[in-house]
Amino acid sequence: MSTISRDEVARLAGLARIDLTDAELTRLAGELDVIVESVARVQEVATDDVPATSHPIPLTNVFRADVAEEPLTVEQALSGAPDAEDGRFSVPQILGEEA
Amino acid sequence: MSATTDLVPYDEAVDRYDPVLGIEVHVELGTVSKMFDGAPTEFGAPPNSQVTPVSLGLPGVLPSLNGKAVESAIRIGLALNCQIAELCRFARKNYFYPDIPKNFQTSQYDEPIAYDGWVEIELEDGTPVRIEIERAHMEEDAGKNTHVGGQAGRIHGAEYSLVDYNRAGIPLVEIVTKPITGTGARAPEVAAAYVRYLRDLFRALDVSEARMERGNVRADVNVSLRPSPDSPLGTRTETKNVNSFRSVERAVRYEVSRQAAVLDSGATVTQETRHWHEDTGITTPGRIKSDAEDYRYFPEPDLVPVAPSREWVAELHGTLPEVPAVRRKRLQGEWGFADAEMRDVVNAGAVDLIEATVAAGATPAAARKWWMGELARTAKTDGTDLEQLPITPEQIAELQGLVDSGRLNDKLARQVLAGVLAGEGSPEQVVAARGLEVVSDDGALVAAVDEALAAQPDIADKIRSGNLGPVGAIIGAVMKATRGQADAARVREIVLERVGQG
Amino acid sequence: MGDDLTRRSAADLAGLLAAGEVTSVELTQAHLDRIAAVDGAVHAYLHVSPDEALATARVVDARRTAGDELHPLAGVPIAVKDVVVTEGMPTTAGSKILEGWVPPYDATLVTRIKAAGMPILGKTNMDEFAMGSSTEHSAYGNTHNPWDLDRIPGGSGGGSAAAVGAFEAPLAIGTDTGGSIRQPAAVTGTVGVKPTYGSVSRYGLIALASSLDQAGPVTRTVLDAALLHEVIGGHDPRDATSLPEALPPLVAAARQGLTGDLSGVRVGVVTELSGDGYQPGVRASFEAALDVLRGAGAQISEVSCPHFGHALAAYYLILPSEASSNLAKFDGMRYGLRVLPQDGPATAERVMAATRGAGFGDEVKRRIILGTYALSAGYYDAYYGSAQKVRTLIQRDFAAAFEQVDVLVSPTAPTTAFKLGEKLDDPLAMYLNDVATIPANLAGVPGLSVPSGLSDDGLPVGFQVLAPARADDRLYRVGAALETLLEASWGAPLLSRAPELSGSTTEGSAR
Repeated sequence: MSTISRDEVARLAGLARIDLTDAELTRLAGELDVIVESVARVQEVATDDVPATSHPIPLTNVFRADVAEEPLTVEQALSGAPDAEDGRFSVPQILGEEA
Repeated sequence: MSATTDLVPYDEAVDRYDPVLGIEVHVELGTVSKMFDGAPTEFGAPPNSQVTPVSLGLPGVLPSLNGKAVESAIRIGLALNCQIAELCRFARKNYFYPDIPKNFQTSQYDEPIAYDGWVEIELEDGTPVRIEIERAHMEEDAGKNTHVGGQAGRIHGAEYSLVDYNRAGIPLVEIVTKPITGTGARAPEVAAAYVRYLRDLFRALDVSEARMERGNVRADVNVSLRPSPDSPLGTRTETKNVNSFRSVERAVRYEVSRQAAVLDSGATVTQETRHWHEDTGITTPGRIKSDAEDYRYFPEPDLVPVAPSREWVAELHGTLPEVPAVRRKRLQGEWGFADAEMRDVVNAGAVDLIEATVAAGATPAAARKWWMGELARTAKTDGTDLEQLPITPEQIAELQGLVDSGRLNDKLARQVLAGVLAGEGSPEQVVAARGLEVVSDDGALVAAVDEALAAQPDIADKIRSGNLGPVGAIIGAVMKATRGQADAARVREIVLERVGQG
Repeated sequence: MGDDLTRRSAADLAGLLAAGEVTSVELTQAHLDRIAAVDGAVHAYLHVSPDEALATARVVDARRTAGDELHPLAGVPIAVKDVVVTEGMPTTAGSKILEGWVPPYDATLVTRIKAAGMPILGKTNMDEFAMGSSTEHSAYGNTHNPWDLDRIPGGSGGGSAAAVGAFEAPLAIGTDTGGSIRQPAAVTGTVGVKPTYGSVSRYGLIALASSLDQAGPVTRTVLDAALLHEVIGGHDPRDATSLPEALPPLVAAARQGLTGDLSGVRVGVVTELSGDGYQPGVRASFEAALDVLRGAGAQISEVSCPHFGHALAAYYLILPSEASSNLAKFDGMRYGLRVLPQDGPATAERVMAATRGAGFGDEVKRRIILGTYALSAGYYDAYYGSAQKVRTLIQRDFAAAFEQVDVLVSPTAPTTAFKLGEKLDDPLAMYLNDVATIPANLAGVPGLSVPSGLSDDGLPVGFQVLAPARADDRLYRVGAALETLLEASWGAPLLSRAPELSGSTTEGSAR
């Protein structure tokens, strides 16, 4: 019956980069189970002969001319940064879990 | 970790196993604005000075597609003899990494703009090899992380990173081959020749400066081994970001030797991404990502499909330049090079350089002499490619002009060349700064000759008496006195004049 | 004087300004005073910007004095939903993860509002990242329904609807991904329009679901909505999905509707958007409105859209899928909140996860996880792929229906405003609020909600009009006709029956 286990929610949370507490994992597993069961209804009518629609209004070939515009100043670019150094965004160590 | 890696000597490895290649080449297009926004694309600008809200992925932004980038992608596809899609979409490739500002890369997934092509490349000895092209698709480049702290320059142990998004959003075309089989022992050569072919093609198409040292062209090399050509394909590794022809060749060689050792030991090759280390010439395993295969692609809702009309495609087909092989034949005829000479030029990657040098005024023979001689030796010593040397074809033509006008002799010209390579400026500037001009002022030479004759009266007498044997000693003394800047033939004439033998 | 001005329509105010009977500074100050008086109780605003608004008003007044040619709405103030990016003004989308973020650029629609000389009063409250139907998912406290402060103002744009409904702004901007403009309009007795997808630029709207989002007007009259739609709409090269052609004449259509004549207009009642699940009081109000339309000369018929029954399911796959990707950028690296993990190494990966764990609320987490699931390897075809097929079927339903009728109609929401907290623990029940509004978003067609009266519980009911893509003008004609005829029968606008909000109070409005 249950399609989304707690472990599955934990895997998805990892993919989505969201730390969840144990309580959240448990609660979400229950909620998502109900929701997924409900939305799975789409499969009832989604037969092979029906094409998928990705865009509500069909447009094609919308291009921009290759012209450079005024960029942000470095100050503007970094204005929201939690941390910055030497005109660059400072971020925590990458891949450090292997160190 | 790498020191203990077992290797099988290459010749033995290819004796026992059949290598199969797959090559993914990314080329940065030379557009003036980015793929999905108007941010400028100037190389080497200060960090984060080439960004708009879109390049930074700020909340609320939307992409708008650069038409020139699409045009370039189609022309690349056509030059690779690909089909051009009637309709294709962009897709989001979702993964988290600090250098991609939206935490997804806008790319193409199951609907590439170009697919099912082929090219015929030539190896150094003229052997043709046909490479089948799976697809060419459009995507955007990532920013650049600089790792700070810990071991300098290494990801591992870095305490933090600094991110520059100037490169984020630069348009890329990725070209993916089908499995390249039947190369046997020549796999490394084939790989390098293919990447070189593409580099030349991008330049001929004028879609990119295609400068390897700037990372304009980057190759990911897939290698697998199988017991024989009849066996199913083996497990492959993908060595990322190999950025010179020589490295492509070395990386393939290394992986063949390494995988052969793994298979010989009875183990299996791990399917993984590996990093190429230019300095040590080895590959090491990349990070194993648990979610590596789950990019959750879906059609990019913020961009509408691209549906190139057949008329447009035909028009772009008309803009394609000569196929490189045809062009080489034409240039060989124009330049009057022998087959072997031309092959050497091609293999050294010097075709464009010689063409530009000739265009700047040098004779083909002189251009070839410089690029295939002194400069080829320098590149080899430095372990680099010719085009990466800090000298331009125009400078070579200028240098040759100085020789042709008699202002430099060969020896001085080589010194000037060294000066240019050392960053001292143009040949004229080096001549002026180093004072390297041939001394052509006869008055100064006559004085130097008279001085030398007076210093060695015995020799002077011998010459006067008709014994020309010791003339060399006087010439040598004059050359020494003028620090090599005299024209030796002219010195000889003056010596003979002064002793009454002229 | 203040109350008088704040109760006028934007069209009236524009007339007063043009005639020199009032200045923009007076008008703007009147609304700022009203905000100061009642927003403690309503909490429609997350941020009020008196200095900027008055500065704009002064410029417009000076230009008017100098005889400059001005936009018809120049000097009329407006409130903007906090999901819309405003340069130099905090923009949070109702989320902790963006607390304190001040954008370095303007959304295209904000650029157009500024170009028209409209003072921006502030940013309105909303469900976090527009995920919700009650504004209870805001990280910054509930907004209260001006009709009953214990009830929800709808969502996600409850702040904009409540601001307009409580006379804290004559006009507001909303965004509608599954009903976030129309459903709040319905439950607050105001007017809301979701334009055709692509009619208003999405550049600068913090994206929820890219293929569904659309910004639009939140007002007290249909004519005002048309006026505002013409300010913010039209092609924008920064949005690839922006419609290339000019807007149809919207204000003219509204004025035509105000004549009260709908002779020959074919109106289809959607079979699937009625019956069970719709409160009796809602149904009664809807039926009475149909009689009014019939009296105006419209031909009413019933039209079936058989796949609408699957719309909610498709919506709750497409929205979370796109949202899971759109919201990936909120990771604490470039802007907004950064949270370090409580223990262990502070790597980029772990800081991202800690930031997102702490910065996102429950509903956002729920939908991101759901979307991640629907897109993940092995599930794509069954969920996201199937939902995209349902989308095709719903578009076909609309296409077939619009061959028979000019507009489709339904109740906007199945119920009137429910009590705060009532559905907070039941996501599915909350999702059902949008059952009638969602099909328009899936198909990209425009929709309008206009008050049809009060239900038997004394709370407002919304009447929804849907038109074919690019035919937004039909909404305004039919909506204005219904509005003028109903108001004539009531003798006053519906909002005049809302209780007075005292300046003092109250419980509520956690800040």
